[in-house]
Amino acid sequence: MSKIHYREWGIPSPTYWGILIFLGLFIAAAGVSVLYMEHMGHWVTGMTNQIVWGTPHVFAVFLIVAASGALNVASIGSVFGKKVYKPLAPLSGLLAITLLVGGLLVLVLDLGRPDRLIVAMTTYNFKSIFAWNIYLYTGFMVIVATYLFTMMERKANVYTKPMGFLAFVWRLALTTGTGSIFGFLVARQAYDAAVMAPMFIVMSFSFGLAFYILMVMFMYNLDGRPVGDGLLNRLKNLLGVFVAGVLYFTLAYHLTNLYVTENHGVEAFILLNGGVYTTVFWMGEVIIGGLLPLAIIFHPGLSQSRCWIAAACLLVLLGGLSKVFVIIIGGQAFPMSIFPGMTIVEGSVFDAVNGQPFSYAPSLPEVLLGLGGIAMAIAATLVGVRMLKFLPVSLADEAVDPHYSAKP
Amino acid sequence: MTSTLHRLVKVVSLALLVGLGATAIAETDAPAGKAVEGSAKANALKSCVRPTDWMRRNHMELIEHQRDLTVRQGVRVQKDSLANCIDCHARHDDKGQPVPVTAKGEFCQGCHGFVAAKPSCFQCHSTVPSSADTAQR
Amino acid sequence: MSKSKGQTDMDRRTFMGLTVGAAATLVAPGVFLHSIAQAGDREQPVTDKVRWGMLVDTSKCANGCSACVDACKTENGLSNHGRPATDPTWIRKVKVRDNFTGRETNLPLMCQHCEFPPCVDVCPTGASFKRADGIVMVDRHVCIGCRYCMMACPYKARSFIHEDIEIKPTNAPRGKGCVESCNLCVHRLDNGQAMTACAEACAKAGHNALVFGDLKDPNSPVSQALKQLPSRQIRADLQLSTGVRYSGI
Ligand code: SF4
Ligand code: SF4
Repeated sequence: MSKIHYREWGIPSPTYWGILIFLGLFIAAAGVSVLYMEHMGHWVTGMTNQIVWGTPHVFAVFLIVAASGALNVASIGSVFGKKVYKPLAPLSGLLAITLLVGGLLVLVLDLGRPDRLIVAMTTYNFKSIFAWNIYLYTGFMVIVATYLFTMMERKANVYTKPMGFLAFVWRLALTTGTGSIFGFLVARQAYDAAVMAPMFIVMSFSFGLAFYILMVMFMYNLDGRPVGDGLLNRLKNLLGVFVAGVLYFTLAYHLTNLYVTENHGVEAFILLNGGVYTTVFWMGEVIIGGLLPLAIIFHPGLSQSRCWIAAACLLVLLGGLSKVFVIIIGGQAFPMSIFPGMTIVEGSVFDAVNGQPFSYAPSLPEVLLGLGGIAMAIAATLVGVRMLKFLPVSLADEAVDPHYSAKP
Repeated sequence: MTSTLHRLVKVVSLALLVGLGATAIAETDAPAGKAVEGSAKANALKSCVRPTDWMRRNHMELIEHQRDLTVRQGVRVQKDSLANCIDCHARHDDKGQPVPVTAKGEFCQGCHGFVAAKPSCFQCHSTVPSSADTAQR
Repeated sequence: MSKSKGQTDMDRRTFMGLTVGAAATLVAPGVFLHSIAQAGDREQPVTDKVRWGMLVDTSKCANGCSACVDACKTENGLSNHGRPATDPTWIRKVKVRDNFTGRETNLPLMCQHCEFPPCVDVCPTGASFKRADGIVMVDRHVCIGCRYCMMACPYKARSFIHEDIEIKPTNAPRGKGCVESCNLCVHRLDNGQAMTACAEACAKAGHNALVFGDLKDPNSPVSQALKQLPSRQIRADLQLSTGVRYSGI
């Protein structure tokens, strides 16, 4: 294996700008949506006093979770010393940062008072896991940026390993923190589960890697740079393991919930009679995000086709969004138990009269804001690889795999 | 520590604003015209709760200081309360109706409009005396 | 509310300043002031010698009556935009049926003023806080509108302000983008009137289902009532030590 060379993303300018403008449209639409929502107030969204976190939070949490997972490739390279993954590390760090920025942007722009961001950054309640997350997020960006620097500046290379380790530990903390945002809501039956935090970690592995593979295929394809079959094979197999892991934790989560009698209601809601949430759970989370990609990834024929691999990644991401949707919105739609052993027969809109779930219909501005966050993350990544040397010139197997031998 | 930082940020930004604003006001001295004129209670009084010059530059410090005491500890000293500012400085029109202090040319808007610094108090606080806001409801 | 009533409010406030120490005074028809000694010297910080709380005697809470809810809306200027899903609610009437016995109970539900409030624990900025006298409220100067507290409250007691508010009461300043909830009529308490709008309205309607007062004062009406009636906290399993207790459920 020769030394790895990195070079800026070299696609023709018109294509590059074309892509940026295309993404810019989404970002602009998100901007307009934010102005509209802030000016009118949140009543123009689908969110209410019953479903207080809506589509923006689904996208934000999805992106934040994916961000920490995107770093995984780098961690495998430097922390676990797998040489093949080393050339992939810089991009992995970059994606981690841009995805996080995209997610945080969505989260912040949905606040009731985004103008008070300075308050959020300077006034802390240290008991709040939310406040801790603010530290986790900023810390993550600083650490990953330093980590990137140690990788890209030859003189700092010696620090790559310790920094990589720190980044790895930090990313675990970050995802645990994100998962704990829900874990702390003890009154809500849907979130009252210890398995929440580890489940978020496996989710992050899977969403992050799917995003990573897609970005690599997209960027290398456009630039005419080679990506080796062996490498892609490794990555997709790893993804398969993660996807299976997510399925396993989903199963564990619902089984443990079924074990707790008082949570039977919420289980029946998600698994059987929750209407749209049940559909999204089975169709989105289990089939689209789990079984289908697994089938593709481990199918002897399909798994050899790049198109199918890309499709599997896309399905994983769609399934990921569905999963976060079921967790965040389904968890709120299910009427939490205020009077155990009793049924509310009359009440206000705040009350689940006769156990009726609360309803939520996403509005266009919310969806646009969420998509804007994704567009932002992709655009920032593309600008990054265009300006700096993030991408190895070749990811062909003979270039990256120390154990490569031409197949007979 | 964080609250010190918070303070610092606020003080610096306030100082900047105030510095700009106060210079502008001291130079021209006109915009607060209707403030202490006509039907506002303030008109009948010799000075505000502190000397007028001082108030021009520092009223926000007073309001913000008592703001935290009021919300967090229930201290509602009438003299320095925002409600008292409004009570005293709101004008009444010919029909005896109070005019919001943020209306064009009125007490708050006069200066704040001039220095283009929107007072954020009134996103939540009443712009007319309390007797009037109860009547409005 | 008429202008003259507003005037009375003002007068009463000035009046209260003069009469701190009186035990019980009739200031306006139907308004009975209890134990003024603890409520309200406007100029002093509140202390933890007092803990405000309430007992809801559900056996007296009338079917179909909404006096408390209406009074709260008027008192705090909770304007209604005709969009129930996003309009604010600080107190609401609920009727529950026991799944086993079928017995039905009416009750008002509002912020329970938890001694260990989950909303305060989760709030990232510290905008949600508990005053020394046990009132849980939102400092709207610091609230960023993240709604985490709404996710955490076991009673769904909180509302997010979804749109602009035209008329902002001096008593209860409110604005778009923040979260709010029942504050036990904190302005009344600070001004020396130890009686919430809801409890007052309930008494006026002749039901007397709401007994308000200082939980730490053994002689306060609420302490006396709690001594006599069996009562419990809603979702006592969460161990929040609520300041609002219920009897008859
Ligand atoms: S009832 Fe809800 S809003 Fe009130 S103190 Fe308890 S958690 Fe907070
Ligand atoms: S909405 Fe306001 S009060 Fe509630 S948790 Fe967020 S910052 Fe705190």
